Amino acid sequence: MSCRSVVLLFPLLSFWPAFGAELGISAQIEFNRDVRPLLADNCFACHGPDAANRKAKLRLDVREAALAKEAFSPGKPAESELVVRIHSQDKDEMMPPPDSLKKLSARDKAVLARWIAQGAEYQNHWAYEPPVKAAIPAGANAIDTLVARRLITVGMKPSPEADRRTLIRRLTSDLIGLPPTPAEVAAFMADATPDAYSRLVDRLLADPRYGERMAVGWLDLVRFADTIGYHSDNPRNVWPYRDWVIQSFNTNKRFDRFTLEQIAGDLLPGASVETRVGSAFNRLLLSTEEGGAQPKDYEARMMADRVRAIGTAWLGQTTGCAQCHDHKFDPFTTRDFYSLGAFFADVKEPLVGRREEGMPVTTPEQTARIAELREAVAAARKNVAALATHIDGAQAAWEANQQASTSASKNDLPREVSAALKKVATKRTAKDQQTVKVYFRAQVSSVARGELDRLAEAERAQQAFVDGVPHCLVTESAAVARTVRVLPRGNWMDETGEIVKPALPAYLPQPDFAGRALTRLDLGLWLVARENPLTARVFANRLWKQFFGTALSRVPSDLGAQGEPPPNGPLLDWLACEFMDTGWDVKQLVRVIVTSTTYRQVSTATPTQLAADPDNREYARQGRPRFEAEGVRDAALAVGGLLSPQIGGPSVKPYQPDRYWENLNFPPRDYVVDRGDAQYRRGLYVWWQRSFLHPSLLAFDAPSREECVAERNRSNLPQQALVLLNDPTYVEAARALAARIVSEGGGSTAPRLTFAWDRALQRAPRAEEVRTATGLLDEHLRLYRADPEAASALLATGDLPLPVVLSAEARAELAAWTHVARVLLNLHEFITRE
Amino acid sequence: MNPSSPDHHLCSDHCGENPTVWDLPHVPLGLKREWLDLETRRHFLGQGVKALGWAGLATLLGRSAPNLLAHAPIPGAPAMLPHYAPKAKRAIYLFMAGSPSQIETWDDKPALADLFDKDLPESVRGGQTLTGMTASQTRFPIAPSLYKFVRQGKAGRFVSELFPYTAKVSDELCVIKSLHTDAINHEPAILQLTTGNMFPGKPSIGSWLSYGLGAMNAELPTFVVMTSKMPHRTNVQALSNRLWSSGFLSPEHAAVALRSGSDPVLYLNNPKGVASDVRRAMIDGVNDLNRQLFERVGDPEINARISQYEMAFRMQTSVPELTDFSNEPQSTWDLYGPKAKEPGTFAYNCLMARRLAERGVRFTQIFLRSWDQHSRLPTNIKLMAEDSDQPTYALVTDLKRRGLLDDTVVIWGGEFGRTVYSQGALTPDNYGRDHHPRCFSMWMAGGGVKPGISYGETDDFSYNIVKNPMHIRDLHATILHLFGLDHNKLSFKFQGLDQKLTGVLPSKVINDLLA
Repeated sequence: MSCRSVVLLFPLLSFWPAFGAELGISAQIEFNRDVRPLLADNCFACHGPDAANRKAKLRLDVREAALAKEAFSPGKPAESELVVRIHSQDKDEMMPPPDSLKKLSARDKAVLARWIAQGAEYQNHWAYEPPVKAAIPAGANAIDTLVARRLITVGMKPSPEADRRTLIRRLTSDLIGLPPTPAEVAAFMADATPDAYSRLVDRLLADPRYGERMAVGWLDLVRFADTIGYHSDNPRNVWPYRDWVIQSFNTNKRFDRFTLEQIAGDLLPGASVETRVGSAFNRLLLSTEEGGAQPKDYEARMMADRVRAIGTAWLGQTTGCAQCHDHKFDPFTTRDFYSLGAFFADVKEPLVGRREEGMPVTTPEQTARIAELREAVAAARKNVAALATHIDGAQAAWEANQQASTSASKNDLPREVSAALKKVATKRTAKDQQTVKVYFRAQVSSVARGELDRLAEAERAQQAFVDGVPHCLVTESAAVARTVRVLPRGNWMDETGEIVKPALPAYLPQPDFAGRALTRLDLGLWLVARENPLTARVFANRLWKQFFGTALSRVPSDLGAQGEPPPNGPLLDWLACEFMDTGWDVKQLVRVIVTSTTYRQVSTATPTQLAADPDNREYARQGRPRFEAEGVRDAALAVGGLLSPQIGGPSVKPYQPDRYWENLNFPPRDYVVDRGDAQYRRGLYVWWQRSFLHPSLLAFDAPSREECVAERNRSNLPQQALVLLNDPTYVEAARALAARIVSEGGGSTAPRLTFAWDRALQRAPRAEEVRTATGLLDEHLRLYRADPEAASALLATGDLPLPVVLSAEARAELAAWTHVARVLLNLHEFITRE
Repeated sequence: MNPSSPDHHLCSDHCGENPTVWDLPHVPLGLKREWLDLETRRHFLGQGVKALGWAGLATLLGRSAPNLLAHAPIPGAPAMLPHYAPKAKRAIYLFMAGSPSQIETWDDKPALADLFDKDLPESVRGGQTLTGMTASQTRFPIAPSLYKFVRQGKAGRFVSELFPYTAKVSDELCVIKSLHTDAINHEPAILQLTTGNMFPGKPSIGSWLSYGLGAMNAELPTFVVMTSKMPHRTNVQALSNRLWSSGFLSPEHAAVALRSGSDPVLYLNNPKGVASDVRRAMIDGVNDLNRQLFERVGDPEINARISQYEMAFRMQTSVPELTDFSNEPQSTWDLYGPKAKEPGTFAYNCLMARRLAERGVRFTQIFLRSWDQHSRLPTNIKLMAEDSDQPTYALVTDLKRRGLLDDTVVIWGGEFGRTVYSQGALTPDNYGRDHHPRCFSMWMAGGGVKPGISYGETDDFSYNIVKNPMHIRDLHATILHLFGLDHNKLSFKFQGLDQKLTGVLPSKVINDLLA
């Protein structure tokens, strides 16, 4: 029903319920789909789970409680208080009350009345019920079957399969985050074997760049960044965690294991360097070094930050509300909030102040080398000790000699040594003895000095090697955990709240722990327990969004009452069950999705589809999302042939406008641009400065990662045009592409344009495009022939040297082609996954 | 979709739940088409949660025909933004980051002179939490202001001798002496004042205004932020993008930072070797090819991309014109002082703010960030006052003489107050002051604010408020009110809540401040 007809119908609505059918209300009301969202949005704030703020002691989220207060009479809407109140015009009677600023529409009222008429049945919240795996006919693809079932009920038809060029572009972008090379496209288009597509999927899943692609979304979720966030926003060591995420996806680490290592990698039996680096997850939150900051304030902030992270990344629950009061819409209580936070009370960390260097992150070879060096130190120490008796004798002889010798030679000694020697041995203090001992060993005894030097050298070598190894903040468990109290209204200055121990949210299924004290390991195990109804759904829902542009349940961070019951619930459930049934096999889940017919549909929408399903919630076509910020950068560098293939390593600093960091302080900092290969690394390796994220990434909606983010914006802003037009990274990439066009694309304009389109868009230019581009090329050629200095200036953008010394004409030509390449890198098609 | 009645709560921005602009009379057909196009695009991207809704329509209308919204509610529209007739169309917020002491600036306490070095009574402090910087002090000796206050203007307000220029516009100012806030440290306090919440992730005031009212200019951003060079580099606050971010609102509502120097907007300058005719030719090429793609594919997002390239091009033209001060007459330089010629100074930024106001930029926020005088306060506050006093006066005066002050509200102040007792040693000519959230002073001028008045009172020690306390939530509510917006209705659904600038705790418009 269009909005317009709602307006026309409006005068009739007061005749409810006669016109219910015209309002598009289902004949059979379903509580979770139709009623809970209305009650949650309009009623639960005062009549929901939050006991402290409940009005008239009435709660509508539990049927028995509502019936006990006679809120409604099942089957009898006309006699139901709820129906009377929602239709009342009396300001003191009407619900929701005027000051709530909430209003039920006529349709909403009709839904509630019909629900009561049909018996006012409740359902448990969909996401707290165990997922049910639908039966799929043998040999059928489950995704296609379940999407088709849904399409039949909503009267839509699927779209045809996309062409091969689109498919390989889509797959390569979705699985490794880059455009395919022209050769890869040609090979795939020529591959007539029936399993060409699935082999392509296998190749891409085995590509180490798959891990880089998959890492981006996870790094958003856990708010990975190179800096602490608050106030000074100083650096910290966490990049090995980023590489751990990449490797985890590449080795297809089971998601349950992936979870455990992050939550409790330090507590796992057989904890290793790898699992401990995973536990850096617990250290990724915002912290402060601000002078005068209150430790208790930041203790509370950090605990809340961690609870929200678990809520967003694993549970799909908006837990943040419960820091101050019981959740208004979901059964998550304040006690649940602080009890969940208490799992992390053992994490060793400064509440305020500089983070530590972190754990040395060593390879097995480095670990062996450190062991060797440690042994060398021990051996040197042993030698020093072994010589002790001998040296003590020598010292005694030397002392006697000194005391016997002339005072003149004694004056060569440091004053405190000669002062000590003047005393009789029995009168010397411990300090005197130490002074003499150290002096003798360091300055007099050549034997002692040699051994001491060797020890010092061994210690120095060990330290230097350890210093040269990357470090990472990791989780260490303190013997005594911080005390966690429920903070009344979230107020950290109020210490009257109840002390809580680690406990799981009471409303979710959990084992009987028989009063045992719980640890982070228990939390991790529970998150990925088969009985946990949320984790697998949350992961599958996000993964679906990655491959279709819209999630099955609309808000990936909220599967609670204010989120959305998925229109295709059986599909989400099937994916969640399949994920767990396959042993939390991420690559398998990806494979199932991308090999479906549903995934391979075209992304162009027919006018009928646009009208019937503007948001593409039914998946009768593919989505057309713009690349994420990192993907935009990566595509340009790849097409320009500049992209560094290196995987992992410290974060890098590409070109950035001068003075962009001028408002950082404590201390003020200069941004030092990386040179060489580091300049051309993929976007996920760019230095993530939380308070001033690189402006090119920011323009394309990369989040600052101050908070866990389950979905990015996809905005379309003039700043994006300015970045693609003027950021030296993109100008340089265009220049590099132009050089290839000129050197590899043939001698004349037509084959060069074909080459350029093939590189950038993996297709041939259309006749009309050739006309546009040729006109553009000719105009720029004319301009640059007339202005050789401008050509030279343009070609000097970026660090990349010119291949050879060029004539003025060659410069003009290269400059003109640089503009053609810039146009290509600025096209909507270039930054869109179709 | 879930259609509902047209009287549904409007500002939650529920996608598609309201009647569309198509249903409204008196909206030009072209605008209707553009709105529908944008709506379709949002749907297409599955951005229903962040869809345009009414605020977006207001944006569109505001951009195209500012007066349509500002003065003439559309007949037939069930409830249109703004919610009331607005007094202010623009705001210029002079954010004194680090927090100038109220005791030296606006909260005159002459009687303190007799209490030099006396201990602040424990009963006044009342067990307050102190920062880590003074919590270990054994004494809390009272430090009277070294600067005297002089009666000024027709209203006879006492103004600090630190501000001889601002004193001349004293009658324009509405000074609030009874503001209070929740945070005791800079980071959370600045964030709470700029975004209404001391935790990151919420939209700033300017973003809410942009979301609610839209743009008045098709060539410049709606919300501009500038940071200022400092006369000395001590007590400098760290700033971050989060202070002017759009939070959970669409990123189009975030501030654009206007920088001093040759690259005033990030990436605005052409690459070297690209003249402006070349730039035009290239953008034409991009747009031609994008149009061809649109004809093949029909994705409205492509059209949006084309219009963003046009907008980028217009910015490349309008910003250099904006930053070219050569057409300013000598009287401007006389008014603002010689420092206004030096890009990035507070004086330059004030002049820029006037130019932005003239061009219809809705919200300009200027940060000046060296007011955190824990020690050597008398010397450093004087340096800061000398740097900022004349430009502040000049801005108010300039706006007034150009007739802009009537609908431009100027706001001046820091993020909290400072303690009456000295931090560190107290001598007759030297002392410091620690952070103090219980009371602080700000002033507003123009834009529908009552001129020449003072609001609220503190006790004899400028420590606790004794009359008309005004939480910074009330300041936010009052600012929105000046723009015709009801702080309870300007909301956006995020994480299951109708989120507002003023949050969930009670807040109110302070009617006594309104002209």
